[in-house]
Amino acid sequence: MSVLLEARHISHRFGRTLALDDVSLTLRRHEILAIVGESGSGKTTLLNMLSGRLTPQSGDILYYDGHAATSLRVRGERAVRTLQRARWGYVAQDPRAALRLDISAGGNIGARLMASGARNYDDIRAMAARWLEAVEIDVDRLDDWPRTFSGGMLQRLQIAATLVTDPELVFMDEPTGGLDVSVQARILDLIRSLVRRLGLAVVIVTHDIGVARLLADRLIVMRRGCIVEHGLTDQVLDDPQHPYTQLLVASVLPV
Amino acid sequence: MRVMVAADGLAKSFVLHLQGGVRLDVLRDVGLTVMAGECVVLAGRSGAGKSTLLRMLYGNYRADDGRILIRHNETMVDLTQATTEQIIAVRHYSLGYVSQFLRAIPRVPSLDIVAETLLRRGVDLAQARRQAAAMLERLGIGPRLHSLPPATFSGGEQQRVNLARTFVAPWPVLLLDEPTASLDAANRDEVVRLINEVKDAGAAVIGILHDISSRERIADRTMTLTPLTNPSTSLESV
Amino acid sequence: MQGYNFAYLDETTKRMIRRAILKAVAIPGHQVPFASREMPLPYGWGTGGIQLTASLIGADDVLKVIDQGADDTTNAISIRSFFARTAGVRTTTHTDAATLIQTRHRIPEIPLRDDQIIVYQVPMPEPLYRLEPSRAVSRRMHAMADYGPMHVKLYEDITRFGRVAVSYDHPVVVNRRYLMSPSPIPAFDNPKLHRMPALQLFGAGREKRIYAVPPHTDVVSLDFEDRPFNPIRAPHRCALCGAEHSYLDEMVIDDRGGRMFACSDTDYCASYQAREA
Repeated sequence: MSVLLEARHISHRFGRTLALDDVSLTLRRHEILAIVGESGSGKTTLLNMLSGRLTPQSGDILYYDGHAATSLRVRGERAVRTLQRARWGYVAQDPRAALRLDISAGGNIGARLMASGARNYDDIRAMAARWLEAVEIDVDRLDDWPRTFSGGMLQRLQIAATLVTDPELVFMDEPTGGLDVSVQARILDLIRSLVRRLGLAVVIVTHDIGVARLLADRLIVMRRGCIVEHGLTDQVLDDPQHPYTQLLVASVLPV
Repeated sequence: MRVMVAADGLAKSFVLHLQGGVRLDVLRDVGLTVMAGECVVLAGRSGAGKSTLLRMLYGNYRADDGRILIRHNETMVDLTQATTEQIIAVRHYSLGYVSQFLRAIPRVPSLDIVAETLLRRGVDLAQARRQAAAMLERLGIGPRLHSLPPATFSGGEQQRVNLARTFVAPWPVLLLDEPTASLDAANRDEVVRLINEVKDAGAAVIGILHDISSRERIADRTMTLTPLTNPSTSLESV
Repeated sequence: MQGYNFAYLDETTKRMIRRAILKAVAIPGHQVPFASREMPLPYGWGTGGIQLTASLIGADDVLKVIDQGADDTTNAISIRSFFARTAGVRTTTHTDAATLIQTRHRIPEIPLRDDQIIVYQVPMPEPLYRLEPSRAVSRRMHAMADYGPMHVKLYEDITRFGRVAVSYDHPVVVNRRYLMSPSPIPAFDNPKLHRMPALQLFGAGREKRIYAVPPHTDVVSLDFEDRPFNPIRAPHRCALCGAEHSYLDEMVIDDRGGRMFACSDTDYCASYQAREA
């Protein structure tokens, strides 16, 4: 399968802290790539750069659409925003920050459609209802405000609001963080089945090794702004080479 | 006869960084060749590296040295050199693996766990579920359990879901890690029948089986591994 | 008047404002910042409009000022007399006699001509301000034409109330590019913005912004294909002149719930009455 996104020699500093130190990676179409590491390892910074929310101080992010690979820097902010509105998606850890709580569930799902130019009220509404169903929320809730939703429902709503434009690439930042274990399982199952059905490529940042194992084809382990190990998910987790990865794997509580 | 698996010069050691960088040598210069329709059982004391070898053959453990050729789409792919993408493709179509324990996303129904193997190959959902249901029933998991996630099942039932997940699709090469442990006699017989059917269909089978009666009914050959002497301590199946 | 420059503002300030106007005309619908001056009346009383008028007006101009369509309300009268005293210009209440019209919250009923200029007083120039608290973010949204959130608001209105709930200051897209607040004119007046022959200028004194719609420019009210923009008008005739198609004000006339509907445009109403008589 062909390459979709590529990071080349990304480095970035926040003040005196080196947040990313010469990071390179590739993501292929339909592939799920997990980035794991402790907080402060640079994984979220890397995600923000891959998704065009942050511009690296040095290095390049290339996105391959069709045949040509073009750097985000060269595409420019406007083109990147257009990508972010439809062909890319971003699922944040806290749905309350990503959704608009004073807008109905349907309005939240329809937002990306409207941002991409949809102008037919009935079509937008029908699409929103379909997606509400797809994430297992009762269609009766279409006109309800999300502030009446539980944490798990909010996260599912955010997923619906992200996938409604049929993106080819979705970035996820700890999508199951902060949720009850039972709710986590449901979100994981939902993500897994939607990803398969829609043929998405996903970059998922998580500190939860279990999430990475269940969802990801490939794994990147980060520490102090560097990639210390990468490879097939099960290979990295079952046969970790780097001392830090061994520590990470050994620190997981047995189920 | 077609060669399905050809491995040689395999070496594997583990460096335990959390234990002061202790180095454990597990395999040195190991090789095996398995033909279509042949079943090789790995034998040897615990700690001899049977599981390690099996996992290397699946690409789960990285080899320090040597090569592992697996027949995939009429070519031999070297797992030690293959890209992750190639390994994933080989695993989807050519290299089946039954692990000792079932690992699945919580909440996913047993039927869908089994059907997944076929869905990955592009079989449509209805067809995949039909085949999955048939295989589950063959292994004694009735329709009543199909819609339930296996988390609440007994150990034996979970293992049978695990077996169904692999046996639902044909494989040129099949790796089995204690497939009959935790099964009762009747189910054990069924698994032996399944393995023999797979062999008759031309698959190469490599397995670890402690259960001697099953072993005798499927094995064409036994390959015995001997533990390497390590300076510090021996390790129970790393 | 002694001690004041023509039309109150000094010439340097007028030049600064004219530059902003030229830029605004060049980028229809785009909000151009300007160094809004202290005026001898408080913000909210039309300081933006007055500064625009002051920098445009010449000795030959004829000025009309309306507030909610009326020539005879306090704000309209005081601004009119302000320019009569500081510039010595002629003033009028007749729309067709005016060369320059300053307005608050209405567009006159009779169509304007290409030899006229209309100046709107604007309290809040930013159409996105209810949706996006950060001005920096909303400016980026304009730069990227990122106007989805505005449609989300319309979606919500239709979902909650069955129709778009705002009946004034309904957002428009100018020249197929910039989202613009038409100032708090009734939605009824929005169609008059579209391809108007007169130059339309908008001034917000407190917010220090000027924007413009050049003559004959496309101005489209935001809507959905299947829920087209459909402004409402009170279904009555004017109680004074009998006009059927003008915008009406509703007035309570007694303590028993009695109501009267009359033209909001007083000049239109008067001329209609004269014609009918």
